[in-house]
Amino acid sequence: MAKSSLDKKFDQIRKREEEKTFSTKKRSRIVSKFLNNRLAVIGLIIFTIIILASIFAPLLSPYDPMRVDLRSMRQPPSFAHWFGTDSTGRDVFTRVLFGGRVSIFIGLGSAILSAVVGIAVGCYAGYKGGWIDVIALRISEIFMSFPQIILVLLLVSITGQSLFNLMAIFILTGWGGMYRLARARMLSLREEEYVQALRSFGLSTFTICYKHMLPNALSPIMVNITLSTAMFILTEAGLSFLGLGVPLNIPTWGNILNVAQDILVLQNYWWMWGPVGIVISVFVLCVNFIGDGLRDSTDPSQQG
Amino acid sequence: MKKEILKLRDVKVHFPIQAGVFNRVVGHVLAVDGVDLDIFRGEVLGLAGESGCGKTTLGKAILRLVEPTGGEVKYISKNEEETEITSLEKKEMDPFRKKLQIVFQDPHSSLNPSFTIFGSLQDPLKKFGVKSKEERRKIIGDLLEAVNMRREYMDRYPHEFSGGQRQRIGIVRALCLEPELIVCDEAVSALDVSIQAQVLKLLMQLKKEKNLTYLFITHDLSVTEYLCDRIAVMYLGRIVELCDSEDLYQNTLHPYSEALISAIPVADLDKQTKRIVLEGDVPSPVNPPKGCPFHPRCPKAKDICKTDVPKLRKYSTNGKEHYASCHLIDLPEIT
Ligand SMILES: Nc1ncnc2c1ncn2[C@@H]1O[C@H](COP(=O)(O)OP(=O)(O)OP(=O)(O)O)[C@@H](O)[C@H]1O
Ligand code: SF4
Ligand SMILES: [Mg+2]
Repeated sequence: MAKSSLDKKFDQIRKREEEKTFSTKKRSRIVSKFLNNRLAVIGLIIFTIIILASIFAPLLSPYDPMRVDLRSMRQPPSFAHWFGTDSTGRDVFTRVLFGGRVSIFIGLGSAILSAVVGIAVGCYAGYKGGWIDVIALRISEIFMSFPQIILVLLLVSITGQSLFNLMAIFILTGWGGMYRLARARMLSLREEEYVQALRSFGLSTFTICYKHMLPNALSPIMVNITLSTAMFILTEAGLSFLGLGVPLNIPTWGNILNVAQDILVLQNYWWMWGPVGIVISVFVLCVNFIGDGLRDSTDPSQQG
Repeated sequence: MKKEILKLRDVKVHFPIQAGVFNRVVGHVLAVDGVDLDIFRGEVLGLAGESGCGKTTLGKAILRLVEPTGGEVKYISKNEEETEITSLEKKEMDPFRKKLQIVFQDPHSSLNPSFTIFGSLQDPLKKFGVKSKEERRKIIGDLLEAVNMRREYMDRYPHEFSGGQRQRIGIVRALCLEPELIVCDEAVSALDVSIQAQVLKLLMQLKKEKNLTYLFITHDLSVTEYLCDRIAVMYLGRIVELCDSEDLYQNTLHPYSEALISAIPVADLDKQTKRIVLEGDVPSPVNPPKGCPFHPRCPKAKDICKTDVPKLRKYSTNGKEHYASCHLIDLPEIT
């Protein structure tokens, strides 16, 4: 076929389009934006250090976090015991490292699992609408209108204290927020024309909402996961401090802090609660910085 | 002999308006309110009308992207089997989904930002039985070349393309299952004028090559004359005039079409007619006026227009069928 004038014109347009060099990939743009946010990068570095230190705790510390050593009780920080020892002679630094394992596991695990539940329900209900959506919305409202701390106290006293009960409670109280976020994103996404186009091919609801739409709803959810991780870690610390969280024999950041209930410890032995308090605060702060950085770098309205 | 591909009979789309704590239905938006329309194989049928008159909704109702609340949409296959498609189950609808496709208006929301072009186009192909990846890549690559783009573009993300390119990718998507009818919903109105003309020419070229039928939705009557074989003019969810596109301009029957045509800017000063300015806005489709829906704005309105709804009647101009719904047409009605 001879080249029509239409083809020629298109060639011209194409040349013009190619002269503007194509912009770089979207992902790398998000990454570079995140890396430009100094607080977020610092947050990410410290976050990584704390996590690695917890994971490799047995390599970093010669002590056993559970071993009682009555000869070295309540020693202040020294070269042998960086954070000193507690009332039963256990090395506080080792306990903070091992406690980090459990606390971070609870925080991150509960946040991710409640996101999974929230997304699974929210995507489907938000996209489908109808009675499924109404029921899911009402259930989440019931959970969210209940003061969380009271619900936690109630459930702890019913189910008893255990690590997995605590996580189950966190997921139960936390999925509602994730669900609403996912649902709200799906409600606005489902009017987008590419979704209509997928529907015009009669693709299944599952393919459309979980495969094609979900990736576009993820960035606010990622932000929310980081923020809830911080919140769950704080809640765990608070509950354990009150003696309602993880059973006391398992070291967690909250359980280590628990000794500060004793006014004697609080006044005389700052190393038993000070360092762990700082570690909790720093970790939570870092997670929040990461969350803010993620939010800024993925916010499409701020993309240059 | 012209053969129909689609027959719409009294198609209605009423959106419920919900209010209050219990989402009680307090009224309906009568977006499409009783449309009868035949679309013939191989034609370009224009669908014109002001914003909000229900053009998009009608186009989507044909594809069941919104479910019609009443009426029938019949698809007539090449060997003249007639199927009513609005009552089909999801699975039964699949063969017709292949035949009926749509190109959207907004090139910015029409592509999924998280997937490459190939990534978002391959699922429909997979679903309709193109099992091997090489084959899917070949189909998409060939179509990209057919719309004057490079094959390699299929591995790029949507944000790397300009509006005109995105729109052409939208056309590729509509074409990928070899449809018979494509609803072009203001397919070019979001583009630069210079690119508009190219995309329109491309659409017409593809139509010839692939024997397509177009339902060409537009709010701009100035392009339709050259592109469309017939034009339907819509007002408040109804068709008020339907005829050959030349006749619409030369033998306008409905006062609303007259007003729309007079609003087209004319280059030739001698031909400049007096512009009919329509008073007021389009009435709300929630409470359309009684009688002729156009009467509050019609410069020719008489008393009868306020009480009686004019039917869409068949007349003849230039020896061709010409439908219009107005009380004041003094041509003999054809039955
Ligand atoms: N999902 C919906 N729910 C409720 N009302 C709707 C919905 N979609 C459309 N409408 C209403 O139906 C009417 C017709 O809308 P439609 O989009 O079909 O108009 P249109 O002719 O395509 O206009 P435009 O030229 O602006 O695209 C409008 O009043 C609109 O507000
Ligand atoms: S029926 Fe009456 S109001 Fe309606 S278009 Fe005709 S003249 Fe105007
Ligand atoms: Mg529209």
